Amino acid sequence: GRACLSHGEPRARHGRGEGEEEEGCYWLYPGHIPTSPLQKALLAAGSAFMALSDPYRHDMVAVLGETTGCLALPNLRDKMKHHPEGYRILQERPRIRLSTLDMARLRGLPDGTLGREYVRFLEDNKVSPDTRMPPKFVDDEELAYVIQRYREVHDLMHTLLGMPTNMLGEVVVKWFEAIQTGLPMCVLGAAFGPVHLSARKLQVLATELVPWAVRSARNASCILNVYYEQRWEQAVESLREEIGIFPPP
Amino acid sequence: AAGLCPCRALLTGRSGALRAFCGSVRGLAAAPETHFGFQTVTEEERREKIYKVFESVAKKYDVMNDSMTLGIHRVWKDILVHKMNPSPGTLLLDVAGGTGDIAFRFINYVRSVRKHQLQQKLKHHQNLSWQEISESYQEDKSKSLGDSQVVVCDINKEMLKVGKQKAQHLGYSEGLSWVLGNAEELPFDDDQFDVYTIAFGIRNVTRIDLALQEAYRVLKPGGRFLCLEFSHVNNPLLSRLYDLYSFQVIPVLGEVIAGDWKSYQYLVESIRRFPAQEEFTAMIEDAGFFKVDYQNLNWGIVAIHSGFKL
Repeated sequence: GRACLSHGEPRARHGRGEGEEEEGCYWLYPGHIPTSPLQKALLAAGSAFMALSDPYRHDMVAVLGETTGCLALPNLRDKMKHHPEGYRILQERPRIRLSTLDMARLRGLPDGTLGREYVRFLEDNKVSPDTRMPPKFVDDEELAYVIQRYREVHDLMHTLLGMPTNMLGEVVVKWFEAIQTGLPMCVLGAAFGPVHLSARKLQVLATELVPWAVRSARNASCILNVYYEQRWEQAVESLREEIGIFPPP
Repeated sequence: AAGLCPCRALLTGRSGALRAFCGSVRGLAAAPETHFGFQTVTEEERREKIYKVFESVAKKYDVMNDSMTLGIHRVWKDILVHKMNPSPGTLLLDVAGGTGDIAFRFINYVRSVRKHQLQQKLKHHQNLSWQEISESYQEDKSKSLGDSQVVVCDINKEMLKVGKQKAQHLGYSEGLSWVLGNAEELPFDDDQFDVYTIAFGIRNVTRIDLALQEAYRVLKPGGRFLCLEFSHVNNPLLSRLYDLYSFQVIPVLGEVIAGDWKSYQYLVESIRRFPAQEEFTAMIEDAGFFKVDYQNLNWGIVAIHSGFKL
């Protein structure tokens, strides 16, 4: 459903019984902040600027994705709806979080399986799936889930592409995601991310990594249509082949 | 929208259920209701929420003030201290003084007044002996503030922390003290201070009437009450532009600069909720102050209210 947008008019709303409403209208999901088109535009500009000048502001990258995704997100959602596995994901709404993952079991899986390699990736790079920002500015509850799913699947992308979480690895994943999802935030990240890289890395990026990422992204089926949680035992290589990602250089 | 109701009731969980429980336990007498921005909440909830807002914004408070007002808040605060025109020996209580902006300006002002006084004194005593001159220089150093003092009182630990750090960083130590306290119930005796200021703080107080009574209580007879606060813009065109800026731009600034939309949404809503100039004047008079009047700055975006305890 769509939210009506706040115009900042004073309206005393009764909190009792219905709980507190954060804005001029109903929020559609916990953490939702309805915004006007002007606010979205300002947020998009502000977050783009902030994300570029301070790459550690991951929250700004997230906000940029939400405020510019109005075309790409419905597109992704439709791709998911028309695919049996994607459709199931939209129905069941699985979440990738430390509380829902059985880390011990995944660690115990054989080497080369998705589960084992994913845990290895998390540990090697010292990251956790729980640091993903929940969406705030998406005005549709289903699309909010789609962007949340995209964020939570990001680490699995790293695993499947074999890319670490340094600047170079992130840029490569962004190129892949830009073509796969069409999210403007990914496109901007792919285009401007390399700004922070050295000349040598830029060369590797341009000659080997990006062409491979682009070829794989074009060839692969939609990465949001894979029910990863049901494929932990599958070998990474076999999953790559199934999706259509070429082996990393 | 109707279908969302049960979902929302579940999601609001704790606070909604707690309030319902408290309501039923207290039977007929429900907790006094007030506002938090545009929401309706109990007084206790409001105090808690406001505490959390300032805990969250403390570190970026100054940066945000500069961004939101394009630095103009500095001018407003300068005008307040100029209006106060403190002379050396003044004892100032700055309530909700958090990050110290008024306190530091007070100290600077008093220092420069004192310096000017001493310069004037020296000019009139051209035939002093070397002994007398060196004595007067020593006096300067030890009494650069001339016994003036400012007590900064704030209810929020984080804001005080930021204020103390700033003071250290900027080199303010003499004549300055920091007290954790509630404007509605000040930890000071009666008739203590020459001037009481509250800058951009009183709209966050839950019981403004109590704060005004406390202000009256702790001031000496002859003492002055000064309040710098956002107020109401009468001019319709300007009011529309101001609203547009407040509601469309400020929360975005809050999100982009401080990663905190909600606190800044609260801030702009609380400005709309605060009584207008005349109504606030009446409230100050009710607390016992005389010769109460106000001065609009920037067409009423901000107003300085002043009153005297006789």
